[in-house]
Order: sequence, then structure tokens, then C-alpha cells
Amino acid sequence: MRRAFSNMALGGILILIGTAAAVAQVSGDVVKIGVLTDMTGAYSDLAGQGSVIAAQMAAEDFGGKVLGKPIVIISADHQNKADVASNIARKWYDEEQVDAIADLVSSSTALAVMPVAAEKKRITLISGAASTPIEGEKCTAYNVHYTYNTYSMAVGTGRAVVQKGGKTWFFIVADYVFGKTLEADTSKVVIASGGKVLGDVKAPFPTTDFSSYLLQAQASGAQIIGLANAGADTINAIKQANEFGITKKQSLAGLLVFLSDIHSLGLPVAKGMYLTTAFYWDRNGESRKWSKRFFERHKKMPTMVQAGVYSSLTHYFNAIKAAGTDDADKVMAKMKQMPVNDFFARNGHIGADGLHRHDMYLAQVKLPAESKYPWDYYKIVKTIPAPEAFQPPDPICPQVKK
Amino acid sequence: MIQALSGQLLVGLINGSFYALLSLGLAIIFGLLDVVNFAHGAQYMLGAFVAWMAMQYLGINYWSALILVPLAVGVLGMVFEQLVLRRLYGLDPLYGLLLTFGLALVLEGIFQNAFGISGKSYPVPDLLQGGTNLGFMFLPRYRMWVVVVSIAVCFGCWFMIERTRLGAYLRAGTENPVLLQAFGVNVPLIRALTYGFGVALAAFAGVMAAPIYQVTPLMGSGVIMVVFAVVVIGGMGSIAGSIITGLGLGLIEGLTKFFYAPASDVVVFVVMALVLLARPAGLFGRQL
Repeated sequence: MRRAFSNMALGGILILIGTAAAVAQVSGDVVKIGVLTDMTGAYSDLAGQGSVIAAQMAAEDFGGKVLGKPIVIISADHQNKADVASNIARKWYDEEQVDAIADLVSSSTALAVMPVAAEKKRITLISGAASTPIEGEKCTAYNVHYTYNTYSMAVGTGRAVVQKGGKTWFFIVADYVFGKTLEADTSKVVIASGGKVLGDVKAPFPTTDFSSYLLQAQASGAQIIGLANAGADTINAIKQANEFGITKKQSLAGLLVFLSDIHSLGLPVAKGMYLTTAFYWDRNGESRKWSKRFFERHKKMPTMVQAGVYSSLTHYFNAIKAAGTDDADKVMAKMKQMPVNDFFARNGHIGADGLHRHDMYLAQVKLPAESKYPWDYYKIVKTIPAPEAFQPPDPICPQVKK
Repeated sequence: MIQALSGQLLVGLINGSFYALLSLGLAIIFGLLDVVNFAHGAQYMLGAFVAWMAMQYLGINYWSALILVPLAVGVLGMVFEQLVLRRLYGLDPLYGLLLTFGLALVLEGIFQNAFGISGKSYPVPDLLQGGTNLGFMFLPRYRMWVVVVSIAVCFGCWFMIERTRLGAYLRAGTENPVLLQAFGVNVPLIRALTYGFGVALAAFAGVMAAPIYQVTPLMGSGVIMVVFAVVVIGGMGSIAGSIITGLGLGLIEGLTKFFYAPASDVVVFVVMALVLLARPAGLFGRQL
């Protein structure tokens, strides 16, 4: 209800005046990026202001201009509502000459903006949303699904847990599209890996008290309780599972857990849990270097979504440079042709369906004693190679057939 | 089946005691001041956050927080009442509703800005760690504590308001403030104290909730709708009504979670609709 009162926050932020006279073709003499994200809602910690900062950093690190034309970053709050998101997108593309929209945190907003972008022949760079239909039946020629999807989460965590002996599963599912997709994707992986699904319970979204569902999960006798939810729901479920002593005999598998969730849960509660991530700030020298710069500005370490916003925009600017124009068709062709090589991804490739396929990481949350410094939360247990982490292009997407 | 059901009923009772505690404060404020306190959820959140901050920055533990935080938040409530809310007495209750709703948005906004949406974790106090195996379920000691304390506080409040002289003053203050004032009772002070007391109850529930639920800026906005439904079903302003209804609805919600979970967030409102059809003043309200 309160969302209705919060106004769309349009923050025109970074304006760098380019003076170089260039002959390259850039529409409107400016490359304008709109970061459309959740600024105040359930996902504002994992994306939100951090995503805007990541976008600003991407622009600055690129020198503030591409092909001699200035890069401008603007941002707005899509409030996780499909209609709000598509209205802002329409306005940005029609009136404000926005060339590309980045982030889009929930699946419903992403799926609402994609067709608008395709109609206007402009680009969407999705980092926050997770549902696989984005590169499946709902795919467009102008979209990149950059950071992760429900399939990669299912494969990473689901398969790893079954291989470690967690054969029987019970799901606690957030009762909407995202939760159900995540459950379906994970069930497939669990069964394919030789495990068994004993049951599920669909909890209304959002839920604060999970004790009833946890008791049902406990009664099922399953070894693993799969949490097909996100954000505050996941946090409360994990917290209460500890309280009810469930984690002594059964294990939790958080199917979508972000660094921001672990930070707010604290290691004493989250310890030992497996999760899949596209990015961890402390993974290597490169990721650390970038993340520390990010930390200076945001006072929090980046989540995979925020790092994905930076990386996707950098790739986009590189593609404009290589194509010599910001024409969406030519830039998309370049983006799909050029590999991604930066602190976020090694040898990542964007497929015909728009899905960015790159390595994913299976991580385990550290014990409090293992954590040596602030934000020292994950052990990277395994690298999941791109062909395993992501599904092959689905012919249901028209771009794949071509 | 029976085993699982007993577990669900017990969990329902635990949640019900939270509803009772929260709706109690709401019922007191409405029953005695005619104010629809929409900020109740935010004040509950404030209780939880102040407890967290007290522990984090001042090293005040759970037990002290249980006393100090409701006092502090209650005083804040009284300041709010004195500065703003009292100017709206005697007007349409809608004005008070809008004012307190605005206060809730401001409070939630401030905390969201300061702490982010995912909030903070508050540990269960050492003394109440662990739990008992009842055979059909594992009952965490902390939840047991919640049920006992909530019921004790609810009964204590009911007794104070319905059966003591102080309670009689409070009730008289609504019935006929002019006459009460003529007897030399300071009515504005009584009103400020009443509001402060209701707010303190919300903050108390917040401290009780902090070790169980993640302490987040929006934790109150989720629960406040259910609590309002409880008060409406119980009969606006009826203190015993809201206590009994709170516990009862917790049980009904628990059963729904067991038999058909997706309906568990609407069942309270279905009950509310049915009750209002049969008894427009609520179960325990005076019939209109």
C-alpha cells in the first residue's frame, strides 16, 4: 500500500560533457542508460541504489564517453510492479532517448519491459530477474539476460546437494510464478541426479512466520528442505528453521540466496548453507579490486546482481565501440559475437536467445570462526562450467530457430 | 496425522498470542481514545529495532530491553500524542487514521533508509535457547516463553482496565471527559498515558518478536492488517474480545496452513467477513 505513495524517483545523475568531435553515429549524440530497479521494496538491498552506483562506475570507468559521445545514467524505481515498469520504460524510450534499460529486478517487471523494448528496437540488459521464460517463450531479439537464472540456481545447488547425499527433498515454495518456476526447475534436477521429491507446501508471499511450514517439512522426513523463495522470506525461514532445531537432522538448501541476505542473517544462523552465485566479491584479485572500489561508494559489498549491472553495461559500451554506432541491431550482434572477459565472467558468451552463459559458483557459507574480516562469508566449493550451469538454447525462442 | 495436527495447533496458539498482544494495544487505544492507530505496526517495528540498537550500540541485553524499550517507545508515543495527535480528538476518526498512517510511513521510511530492507538479526537470549521435544514436535523454549508472557500481559491489562480504579478513570475519560475533569482528574494526562501505554504494548510485542522474526523496517506492515482484522472481529474496542479473537484466529490460521496453505493469508479476512455479516459490531462488541 505504501508503494502507492512513493513517487517514481527519477534521478538524473551523471552528466559528462563530451567535447570530442566524432564522426560515429550515436543517436541523440548521447548514450543514455536507464537503471530500472527496485529502490525501496523487498529487493532493494540486493539491487536498488547499489545497481545505480554500479552503473555509474561502469560509465566512469569507460571514460565517461563512448565514440566521443557522453554516457548518461538515469534511474527509477519500478516498485516490482509490471505496469509501473512498462510505463517508465515507454516514457524513457519515447521521450528521453534512453538507449538501454539495465537491471529489472523481478521477473514480472522484466517480462513487462522486454516487449516494449523490442517494439521500440531498444535494448534491455536484465541482471536482477531470474525466470527462465526470459530466454524461452518470452525471449526477444533485443534482450540480454546477463547474471543468472532459475535454471542455474537449480543446477548449482540442487545437483551439488544431491551429490553430497541429500537424496530426499521437501520444498517450501513462495506461492507465485518465481517460486513455482524455481521449484519446478530444481525438482527436475533433483530427480535427474537420482534424488526424490517427497512433497511441498506453497506459502503465501510474503510470509513472516514459517514455523507451520517448517513443521510440515520436518514431518515429511526429507533430508533436504529446499527454500524456493527469496529475500525476507528466505531470511525468516532460515532463522526459524534454526530455532525449531530442524537444522540438526535436516539441511536447508536456499535456492536463491544473495550476499545481502547472508549479511543480514549473520553467520551464526546462516553457517554451512550451500548456495549458487554468479559472483563473489572475494573470489580472486580482480573481483576484490573492483568490489573494494564499489564498497568505498556504497558501504556494502556488491551482490551478484550489482556486479552484473556493471559488467553488462561495460560489455554494452564495448559493443557500441566495436560496432561504431549505438544502433540496437548492430550493437546486439556485436554483444552476441564478442566474449565477455572481466572480473565478473571469464569467456562468457551471449547466445541467440539472449542468455549470457558463463561459469557459476557453488559456495558454502563460512562458520563464524572461519570468517576473518568483514564480509568474509563464502567458501567457493566448486566452479560450475557454463555449459553445465545454463540450459542450451530452447527452440521455443524464435531467435534460436533463425 | 494427529501428531502433525497437534503441532500445527500449538504453532497456531503461539502466533495467536502475538496477535492478541498486538491487538490488545490497538483495542486499548481505540476503545479509550477513539483513535484508529494505524502506526501500531510501525511502533511494533520500532520496538524491535530499538531493542536491536540497544544491544548493538549500548550492550543492553534482552531482559533489560524487555522493560526499557517499551518505556522509551511509549514515551515517544506520548510526545507524539501531546504534540500532534491530541489536536485531532473530537474530529472524525478518519483524521487520526490518516495522521497515524502517515507516521507509520515516515517511521518505516527512516528505518529503511538507515538499515536497508533486509534488516537485522536479533539473537535468542541464552537462557531461552534450545527447547523441549514434546513427542509430536520440538517446541523451542523461546516460543513457550512468548505464549506464557503474552497471556500474562493480556490478562494483566484486561484486569487493570476492567477491574481497577485506574481502569475506571480511563474508561470514564472516554465516556464523559467533562464530568471526569470536574472531579479533578487530569483528563489530558490520562489520555496521553493511555496512548503511551498502547504504544508501549506494541513495542513490547516488537521486543518479543525480535529473536524470532528478522527485524526489518516492514515487519509491522505485514502483521498490522491481520491485527486490525482481529480487532474488528473481536469488536472494536473490546479488550477481552481482541485477546480471545487473537488466540482463536491464530488457531484457525494454523489449521489452514496445514490443510491448504495458500489460503492462510486470506482466511482471517474470510472469517472477518462472515462475522460482520452475522454480528456487525463484532463478536464481543456492544451491538449497535
